Amino acid sequence: MRKGALLTNILMVLLGLFAVAPLLWMLSVSVMQPGEAAHFPPPLIPANPTTANYVTLFASTDMARYFANSLLLACLATALSLTFNVMAGYAFAKLNFRGRDRIFRFLLTALVIPAQVAMIPLFLICKELGLVNSFGGVLVPSIATVFGIFLVRQYALAIPDEMLEAARIDGASEFRIFRVIVLPSLGPILVTLATFSFLGSWSDFLWPLIILNDGDKATLPVALANLSREHVQDFELMMAGSVVTLLPVLILFVVLQRYYISGLLAGSVKG
Amino acid sequence: MKREGAAWIFVAPALAALGLFFFLPVVAALVLSFTDFDIYSLADIRNLRFVGLDNYLTLLRTHLFWKALGNTLYFVVLGVPLSIALSLGAALLINSKLARFKGLFRTLYFAPVVTTLVAVAVIWRYLLHTKYGLINWGLGGFGIDPIDWLGDPHWAMPAIVIFAVWKNFGYNMIILLAGLQTIPDELYEAAKIDGAGRWAQFRHVTLPALAPVMLVVSILTMAGYFQLFAEPYVMTQGGPVESTVSVLYFMFEQGFKWWNLGFATSVAFVLFVILFAITLVQLKLSQRWSDP
Repeated sequence: MRKGALLTNILMVLLGLFAVAPLLWMLSVSVMQPGEAAHFPPPLIPANPTTANYVTLFASTDMARYFANSLLLACLATALSLTFNVMAGYAFAKLNFRGRDRIFRFLLTALVIPAQVAMIPLFLICKELGLVNSFGGVLVPSIATVFGIFLVRQYALAIPDEMLEAARIDGASEFRIFRVIVLPSLGPILVTLATFSFLGSWSDFLWPLIILNDGDKATLPVALANLSREHVQDFELMMAGSVVTLLPVLILFVVLQRYYISGLLAGSVKG
Repeated sequence: MKREGAAWIFVAPALAALGLFFFLPVVAALVLSFTDFDIYSLADIRNLRFVGLDNYLTLLRTHLFWKALGNTLYFVVLGVPLSIALSLGAALLINSKLARFKGLFRTLYFAPVVTTLVAVAVIWRYLLHTKYGLINWGLGGFGIDPIDWLGDPHWAMPAIVIFAVWKNFGYNMIILLAGLQTIPDELYEAAKIDGAGRWAQFRHVTLPALAPVMLVVSILTMAGYFQLFAEPYVMTQGGPVESTVSVLYFMFEQGFKWWNLGFATSVAFVLFVILFAITLVQLKLSQRWSDP
């Protein structure tokens, strides 16, 4: 039995190394002297750690601007997604309106349609609306999502009807009920949805690549992809760029992982 | 009906956004795929012509489309089973009573999932570097000659598979772990009393109990893997010798490099139909297995 325990834990450590070694290596190379990583065998630990690559990254590229773009867009996407999805999710769970269940079922079937099918016409719609090459165009697909509405609806179903009815009898308006009773009881799912929206927006690649063609407005992933084509041999600089792109989401995940994982589990049984 | 009015105020903004920015584009995509929408139509819509099934017929005769479809299938066929196997292995390890520091390891295994794809693709491009890459150095320790991972058409797609499996295995692990935790201990106790060893317990208790979750996981993973795009875009630009051009990569180039938007939309639709058909087949198969 003790042999089994040893084997299990050795396998766990090996798999853990597989998962994080590339990230640790990224950190290590990002503080190496320029040119240091271009040796064989590749050094694992920097001989003389330096912040030179980060200084170069922010001084001679527009990385700070791209970082600000990504941060702003991720925050706006989160705010939009929270507003629209939470109101709709609550309505689908607790308010009555004609065709409610039919509309909801229709939304769910739309989950089988990959987003890329809509992408080219969406580009043309954005062009008509003057949104190409603007932050508005980037944000358009994140305003409302079927997944977001579904997530909030599942959670809102648990709000007791008696509580809402009592407030109505007291003469509270629907909006007051939403603000004073519904929103506070949706707390955890708001954090879950916010985490999903923020991480999704921060990491999105294909849509920003299509809709933004002005270098100044690029998001961090798009800028990093361009930069890595220009600086193919600058290992250390590119690793610093990767650290800048990854650190915010990794920290956010570690802090909020409970919420992220509960959302993921809800999303996996969406059928 | 004041309350019905209030309900619509809650739901209408989201429905309007979904309608305008998702459902309308999907319907428009179907129409667009029957037109020759290109850079001239983009300049002046009067240049637009309906061409019936021409885009689809052209697609059938386009060598690079078949190549892209083949590459994507290769990626799916190699990547999906590997990814699910590693996810299952990780879930079994974390679920094991013998394992220690479960919370820590769960977080470590999941970390690649939340990373930004472009940033980790940049990292892996260097890990896979022919001359300075850690992976070739490690293989050298086993006496294996350096492999030109991203420069050799035979190795480029397997390299992308390894990267994708690393990136994604934690996602399915969480779902499978939740599935494992719903299997009652009594089932294992009963199997042990019947003299079942570890392997027999896994085959006759764990796998059958996990089957519904496995179905969800395989459908989600397959749908995700068919949408391969950013990995080849960042790591190989579709090369070498078109060996990593995927269906979406082909669509992106047709649409936004050559501005053949009508043609590109037909590519998107073919991808959708393939995905839909495969999902249906998986659901049918699972029904047959569950009621013999």
